[in-house]
Amino acid sequence: MKQKLVLRFPAAVVEQPFIYILAKEYNVVANILKANINPRKEGSMVVELTAAPEEFATALQFLQSRGVEVSPLEQQIIWVEERCTQCGACTVICPSNALWMQRPEMTVAFCSEKCVVCERCLKACPARAVEALYLAGE
Amino acid sequence: MTQLRTIQEINEKIAKGQAVVMTAEEVLSLVAEHGVEETARRVDVVTTGTFGPMCSSGAFFNVGHTTPRMRMSKVTLNGVSAYAGLAAVDVYLGATEIPETDPANSNYPGEFNYGGAHVIEDLVAGKSVLLEAESYGTDCYPRLRYKKEITLAEMNEAYLFNPRNAYQNYNVAVNLSDRTIYTYMGILKPRLGNANYCSAGQLSPLLNDPYYRTIGIGTKIFLGGGIGYVAWQGTQHNPQAPRSANGVPRAGAGTLALIGDLKQMQTRYVRGVSLLGYGVSLQVGVGVPIPIVDEAALRYAAVRDEDIVAQVVDYSEAYPQGLGGSLAEVTYAELKSGVIVVQGKEVPTAPLSSYPRAREIAETLKQWIVKGEFTLTEPVAALPTVKAE
Ligand code: SF4
Ligand code: SF4
Repeated sequence: MKQKLVLRFPAAVVEQPFIYILAKEYNVVANILKANINPRKEGSMVVELTAAPEEFATALQFLQSRGVEVSPLEQQIIWVEERCTQCGACTVICPSNALWMQRPEMTVAFCSEKCVVCERCLKACPARAVEALYLAGE
Repeated sequence: MTQLRTIQEINEKIAKGQAVVMTAEEVLSLVAEHGVEETARRVDVVTTGTFGPMCSSGAFFNVGHTTPRMRMSKVTLNGVSAYAGLAAVDVYLGATEIPETDPANSNYPGEFNYGGAHVIEDLVAGKSVLLEAESYGTDCYPRLRYKKEITLAEMNEAYLFNPRNAYQNYNVAVNLSDRTIYTYMGILKPRLGNANYCSAGQLSPLLNDPYYRTIGIGTKIFLGGGIGYVAWQGTQHNPQAPRSANGVPRAGAGTLALIGDLKQMQTRYVRGVSLLGYGVSLQVGVGVPIPIVDEAALRYAAVRDEDIVAQVVDYSEAYPQGLGGSLAEVTYAELKSGVIVVQGKEVPTAPLSSYPRAREIAETLKQWIVKGEFTLTEPVAALPTVKAE
């Protein structure tokens, strides 16, 4: 299985090689999407973990036993209007019409309520005007 | 055709703040109300605009001499190689060049996050870029290596010189195959999943002067937010393309080679873009004024989206294999409605070329002329053309 998670490290454990241990002991592949780690300070990391289901569960138990706070990831798509060139390329790629073209003006607009966070627009946008923001859920 | 006014007379009116200027979109309602003859009498200039990815773009730079002096035979800017087979410290940076370290499509579909076009955008934005140069030494140019952060302001000359821009009409790209394909026309979903086109249609410069009667070599234009000129016919300029009864080409035809001072430009109209699975390109804003010297000039400039057709081409097989053939002929009015019909199927469309920004460029150029900041030029020489039917 594959899941995106937010890991929070208390200052006391921040320097331990968790990603290495996950790979070596639990066969978990960790793809780091974002990291904010400072020596001796509380840190956080957004990771995508891939592993067999049983190993996944024991890996999470291991992290929690070491004081790492694990929470599911909530993603939010941000449309950076100033960077958008109104090219419309995303409007035929977006499956939910969250990025859509207002006609006849031919201007592109974004409706975050409709967005299903499939992330297809991130690379489809030639101007890189769409970004993903990672938030820790409850 | 009786002449209504000369370019010189238009310029005199511009100087007095009396010229009547309209965008190629605005003029349509006037024509609908008063007809071509009356509108041609009233309007002096029609402005056009387009803003889309134009791969055949690039910039010449003179990066300045070092002490001791250096020839510079290999040059990179932010890791992107620029052609240096010119005189000492002159280079040409192509928009589509990518760093040697970019995995390109070996990591399919490649992301192409940074390339020549982005370097050009960064420089226009006022950012510094890393210049790295190597050379063999000579008696007059002994230096072998150089590395420096450099800004546009520090360069001696910097000008965009685009060999092929402002395509007069273009294909509408679709995909008949069973897998998603990644092209310079964007992402094309399988089995006619979408249709991408790339023209401003009724606002596009060469569609408003289909026989290049007033646009020629030396024509002064809006380029990237500053002033530029038509330098030559663009590469692949093909006036012989089939045309509709109104003279408008039904497929890609004329092109323009454009030149302009990069130091005047703005990132709003010069933007690096990454086309997934294809490469890097430069989005360029171009605006061309059309002097209404006679009734025909106005009739051509009053072309509407419903009067311009384009060919729907399969980019999974027909285009890459060079087989030719059109799946359908559609109008820009249909394309802009958001759906076209191909092989009995409704296909959603996307523009790639930004219509709102094309409109903004035509409007900006209009304001420049109205305020007397921009006058019109007589072409120095005509572009290759065909006789109007
Ligand atoms: S993430 Fe998916 S649903 Fe949301 S805007 Fe992008 S393409 Fe549309
Ligand atoms: S693809 Fe990007 S630049 Fe183009 S309209 Fe969508 S968000 Fe804007």
